[in-house]
Amino acid sequence: MDRKTIILGVIGADVHAVGNQILNYAFMDAGFRVVNLGVMVSQEEFIEAAIESAADAIVVSSLYGHGELDCQGFRDKCDEAGLKGILLYVGGNIVVGKQPFAQVEERFRQMGFDRVFGPGTSPEEGIHALKEDLGVT
Amino acid sequence: MRQVLLIDFGSTYTKLTAVNLDAPGVLAHAQTRTTADSDLSIGLNEGLALLEAQAGPFRFEARLACSSAAGGLNMVASGLVPNLTAKAAKLAAFGAGAKVIRTYAYQLTREDAEEIAGIRPDILLLTGGTDGGNSEVIIHNARRVSGIPSNFPVIVAGNRSAREKCADILMKSTHPVFCADNVMPEMNRLVIEPVQRVIRQVFLERIISAKGLSETQALLDGILMPTPSAVLEGLKLLAGGSNKHAGIGDLVAVDLGGATTDVYSIADGFPTGANTVLRGLIEPRVKRTVEGDIGMRFGARGVLEAAGSEAFTRLTGLPEEAVTRVIAGYSARPEALPANEEEEKVDFALAVLAIRTALGRHAGTLEKVYTPVGPMYQQTGKDLSGARRLVVTGGALIYAGNLKDIVREALMRADPLVLTPRDAIISCDRGYILSAMGLLSGYDQDAALELLLGAFGKEEENAAC
Repeated sequence: MDRKTIILGVIGADVHAVGNQILNYAFMDAGFRVVNLGVMVSQEEFIEAAIESAADAIVVSSLYGHGELDCQGFRDKCDEAGLKGILLYVGGNIVVGKQPFAQVEERFRQMGFDRVFGPGTSPEEGIHALKEDLGVT
Repeated sequence: MRQVLLIDFGSTYTKLTAVNLDAPGVLAHAQTRTTADSDLSIGLNEGLALLEAQAGPFRFEARLACSSAAGGLNMVASGLVPNLTAKAAKLAAFGAGAKVIRTYAYQLTREDAEEIAGIRPDILLLTGGTDGGNSEVIIHNARRVSGIPSNFPVIVAGNRSAREKCADILMKSTHPVFCADNVMPEMNRLVIEPVQRVIRQVFLERIISAKGLSETQALLDGILMPTPSAVLEGLKLLAGGSNKHAGIGDLVAVDLGGATTDVYSIADGFPTGANTVLRGLIEPRVKRTVEGDIGMRFGARGVLEAAGSEAFTRLTGLPEEAVTRVIAGYSARPEALPANEEEEKVDFALAVLAIRTALGRHAGTLEKVYTPVGPMYQQTGKDLSGARRLVVTGGALIYAGNLKDIVREALMRADPLVLTPRDAIISCDRGYILSAMGLLSGYDQDAALELLLGAFGKEEENAAC
């Protein structure tokens, strides 16, 4: 019962399924209880899944460049749904074009994401961050 | 000759069917008024006399019954998220043949508890949380329900981690408690058969006697299930067949009533298009829904509200004022039959739009999404567009003139993004064979299937329509 639960999925109209499967496998292998919603997931679906499964974190992927639009207001909706303080990660090709990552990270932090990962992040980095933030030893 | 009697105690009529098992066939069929307010056996004996007069005398080796008399099986369902466990609970209850009076999501409030006390359901189904997921809400709700001063049974079928706690809380109350496996153990995965078995068991052990129907039991081998459940059993057998004979495959059925309309589907309904992604709850292969606001008489106003007066004026060619007037009259006089051409036209439109609305709510939907790799579709619910057979049944059929025209019209102008049957063979069940064979299927499956295939197995439109 002390296994931490994370909700995983690719947000918006994004159909990139391969990275999602890799993360699903890597997170499960690292001992997390993973609720994988797959591709084309709306904010509402992430939130509903987090409520039913009493999730500890929501990990959002976006590969197709529209992540910034898709993620607008996500934190507010979590707060509204009673998921106050839930850990919120986002990663992938989350903005259009090549922009300095520091700026991108800052914008997503402003939107309420606890951690922001750029292109080329290894699954291990995400696992490490989750363990640190959730106090898993 | 081996003979079995099948009885359906409906809310208005008691339907009796005598069948021969040796060379499977219907020997006689009769219908009398249901006498639920006094003693069901009065109507039953009248019916038996009618049967005997047709083809008697009979020596039945079994008398099996289903019942929707005395209000049927009324349930209240409660879950966590409206689209997830609350929906799962509702689907489970519908599939068990219940009327779901109300579905609640999230924490039950004091007002909710008062409302439930007023509803006085036959059973309350408590769900919420995936296994290992949220347990706070279902435990809160168990506490809330335990405070309702009544003795309706409660079935706990939520997060397994919270089951014991919920049962403990309820055990200390006036409510009998039953437990079943979680209706949604993992995200979007429904497991509703276990809870349906428990609902059936509670129905058999408690509800029948609580409704004063048990005295009739002496004349019978038992009221085995609620009527919709018998219809569902009949449809399952007709679609899936037995070990010996194949069924007719995926099908959809509509039971058009005066007050409500039931829709059944026996089909997986998975996406058929290559660029269609299924989202949300994966619905059960055997699915029943009830539209409480859609019907030919009490439900007529609901049809008008759902379909809009424009649809009525288009179908009838009558001015809006005339449509509204006729419908108001029907809501007030549920026993009325169309008396003139105007009313006949409205009746036709009512049947078309009731079927279209109810099918549309039961079936899944498509949403077009533009992605960088081109347009994609997201499917929610079941794709029934390929169903080859549509069975229409129900008491309200007697109002409707040409049933085949009605159903064709209902299917023809359906919304392209709503996944209702497009081009199905239309059959109708005027003799209530479905519920009778659903009952028989638990006794002699092969005979039941043979009779069903005899009635619906042909690849052409049912001549009786």
